[in-house]
Amino acid sequence: MTHLTYIIPAYAIAVLLAGGFAVDAWLRMGRARRKLAAIDPRFMR
Amino acid sequence: MDASTEFAPPPGPLPGGGRNLHRFANPGRFLRLSGRVLPWVSAIALIATAIGLVWGLGFAPADWQQGDSSRIMYIHVPAAMLSYMGYGSLALCAVLSLVWRHPLADLAAAEIGPVGAAATALCLATGSLWGKPMWGAWWVWDARLTSVLVLFFLYLGQIALVRAFDDPQRGYRAGAILALVGAVDLPIIKYSVDWWNTLHQGSSITLTGAPTMYVGILYPLIPMTIGMVAGFIAITLARTRAAVMERRIRALLQARARTEAVGQEAAI
Repeated sequence: MTHLTYIIPAYAIAVLLAGGFAVDAWLRMGRARRKLAAIDPRFMR
Repeated sequence: MDASTEFAPPPGPLPGGGRNLHRFANPGRFLRLSGRVLPWVSAIALIATAIGLVWGLGFAPADWQQGDSSRIMYIHVPAAMLSYMGYGSLALCAVLSLVWRHPLADLAAAEIGPVGAAATALCLATGSLWGKPMWGAWWVWDARLTSVLVLFFLYLGQIALVRAFDDPQRGYRAGAILALVGAVDLPIIKYSVDWWNTLHQGSSITLTGAPTMYVGILYPLIPMTIGMVAGFIAITLARTRAAVMERRIRALLQARARTEAVGQEAAI
């Protein structure tokens, strides 16, 4: 495969950005859900 | 703001479809609906992206002129589409917020901004990585590249404005105005390759004509685009869900603190 020095960084940036945002969103959602369930259990039903 | 009325529609008559839109301003309803949709959208994102990656990197032929560097297209093109789509949805949220004062639109806009900026940064970075071996330069001040860079700065401006004020409503309003004004950049980006003589190639895929690239190279782009668009929607939905819950937590804690303060004053 040619141009690997360009292809690998391109895909690596994509994976890091998408993975970072996905993990952050998932963790943030979990934190908020747990906190809200502790304060207002009815709201989450 | 009282916790129970936090997402209530503004008083007075609402223009046009405002009443229907405000049905979705209920945080409980939004959380239930988005909670049902999110796993499906996430699954589509993962499966379509996996298919696109394997197809694009493993089975699609290399371009006869560009060699394997054309495989950067499978990231670059969907990232470019996401950057326009993200800004388009920001502008839509701005209309919903400024015209109908839809509270979820403000929260969604605040969460779309960083994801859209990341997509635009990815588009610029992968374009640069593709441009260096093909054009011999990491960057040129070409109309397409420059207008996308302007879009990136518009995203950064929106992100900064939304978070710049102590009163969140003022931030949302300022961000919405910038999003609307900045939407003028979208047709400039789209037609930049037609209006100016650019180093960036013209559109290979149009709605009216046949694609100007070999279909064996084009087909893997379809699952990659579906996967990355679904991923964008899933991340934005998850962030907006978190923002709705965080706002609810703040409102409840403020209401609780006020009740305690009133109780202490009464005891004194």
